[in-house]
Amino acid sequence: MEFGPNLMANYGEAVSMILFAIGFTNLLLQKNLIKKIIGLNIMDTATYLFLALKGYIQGRTAPIVVNGVQEVEAYINPIPAGLVLTGIVVSVSVSALMLSLTIRLYRRYHTLDLDEISTLLKKEEN
Amino acid sequence: MSRLKESERYKKTWAYRFFRWYRGEKDPFLGEVEMKAGNPYKDNRSAEELMLEKEAIMNKVYDMDHNKEIKLFKFAYGIISAIFCLALTFVLLLMVSYSPKTGNPGNPNENEVPARYIENGLQETGAVNIVTGMILDYRAFDTLGESHVLFIATITVFILLRIDKDEKGKEKDREEANDRNYEPKNDAILQGIAIIIVPLIMIFGIYVILNGHISPGGGFSGGAIIGAGLILYLNAFGFAKTERFFTEKTYKIICFCSLSFYCLAKSYSFFTGANHLESGIPLGTPGAILSSGLILPLNICVGLVVACTMYAFYALFRKGGF
Amino acid sequence: MEWLMYILLGFLVVCAIAVSFSKNLLNSLMIFMSYSLVMSIIWIILKSPDLAITEAAVGAGVTSVLFFVTLKKIHAIDERKKGEKDE
Repeated sequence: MEFGPNLMANYGEAVSMILFAIGFTNLLLQKNLIKKIIGLNIMDTATYLFLALKGYIQGRTAPIVVNGVQEVEAYINPIPAGLVLTGIVVSVSVSALMLSLTIRLYRRYHTLDLDEISTLLKKEEN
Repeated sequence: MSRLKESERYKKTWAYRFFRWYRGEKDPFLGEVEMKAGNPYKDNRSAEELMLEKEAIMNKVYDMDHNKEIKLFKFAYGIISAIFCLALTFVLLLMVSYSPKTGNPGNPNENEVPARYIENGLQETGAVNIVTGMILDYRAFDTLGESHVLFIATITVFILLRIDKDEKGKEKDREEANDRNYEPKNDAILQGIAIIIVPLIMIFGIYVILNGHISPGGGFSGGAIIGAGLILYLNAFGFAKTERFFTEKTYKIICFCSLSFYCLAKSYSFFTGANHLESGIPLGTPGAILSSGLILPLNICVGLVVACTMYAFYALFRKGGF
Repeated sequence: MEWLMYILLGFLVVCAIAVSFSKNLLNSLMIFMSYSLVMSIIWIILKSPDLAITEAAVGAGVTSVLFFVTLKKIHAIDERKKGEKDE
């Protein structure tokens, strides 16, 4: 297992992967529901950063046609930008959905701790 | 005569017995299996004692601080997930280290698709902003699905957080009291600033939506800005003021009209001009506000849906209704 | 530009770790809000102005407001006050 040659050149992508891992760790190890949702949001932004870095090309400008220049060499890749644009808005609706579920859980069990909630749930079932 | 014989023969087959048993006409074990009633279990304790015992057992099982097995499980879970996360980081960094260099013009994702969008986008869609031209013309069905995702998310939040208006119980009172706990009702500073800022935010949002095809922005960003402005207005002046122009009915009408207009317009566009045949919609001169065919109305539709969604989320979270 | 990118990316990592380790929910939400703002600056550096506008309005604005309303709903702010009094 050796690291490839491009780790230092791809420092942005490396950071986005580290952010993804931090978000995932939050999702696994935090007990608080709100912190879990923040972890999921961090994972979202990490993925968007990765996609945008894939489309970025050094020395080129944003994909808006200026002065009628329509060369491929003039603009960055527009596809990741379009994908991320839709993704950002969907991530809001996802977090709103999860927050409303959290509110319902809190109304029922009066706690934000997932372990306590599952314990109470099991007690109720028996 | 022959039929009678047939039925007699049929009575001897397995199928006949099986169906007879299946219909419940005969129990095959009746008279062949000996059955004996056991001694009835007698518990002399009262119901209260039984309940107490059960509760004690439950408390012992679910006592998080003293149950050894749960402690062990939590410990093992923590260690395993930490190891898993470290391994995940390692694998992802390994993947990054072998992927092509960032910002290099010759990367494999620079293939013919973005080249086509950049070279022919202006002529085919009429939009100066290539990203808008891409998401609202080439990939318009994607955006339609996205708008529906927002709509469905609002409906789901509405189902989860709704408080009935007819139900005037304690719940409603508690919610309302909770809602007003942390904010003074008529904050002079907030209202004074909101009066100046909210119109500016609205104008900026409308500008971003209307110029979506000739400058950065578009339906999603402009709609989010307008939604944020509405939220600020709501915070400053309360629900009584916003309910004059935005209720559940408004939301329904705006979302229904926008989504169905989007659907019909894009269906027409794909029906006539998906392969760039004549569609009868003029593209106009690139750079003008009234240009680029269907992109401007579609931008307005998406912006309306997004703005309504943002406001609806906030209103639902605040008081469980519009 | 390279150095600015290094600083902003470092800030992102620090913010993400701080969100995980801060005890107070309100603090972690504030840190997450600044995380989103820095993200929108990074979009500008990566030449995607559309994303920058959307992220600034959505990530730093609406999402954080929704989180705050949720916190208010579940009395987390109230509980924090009680906890401080007890200590």
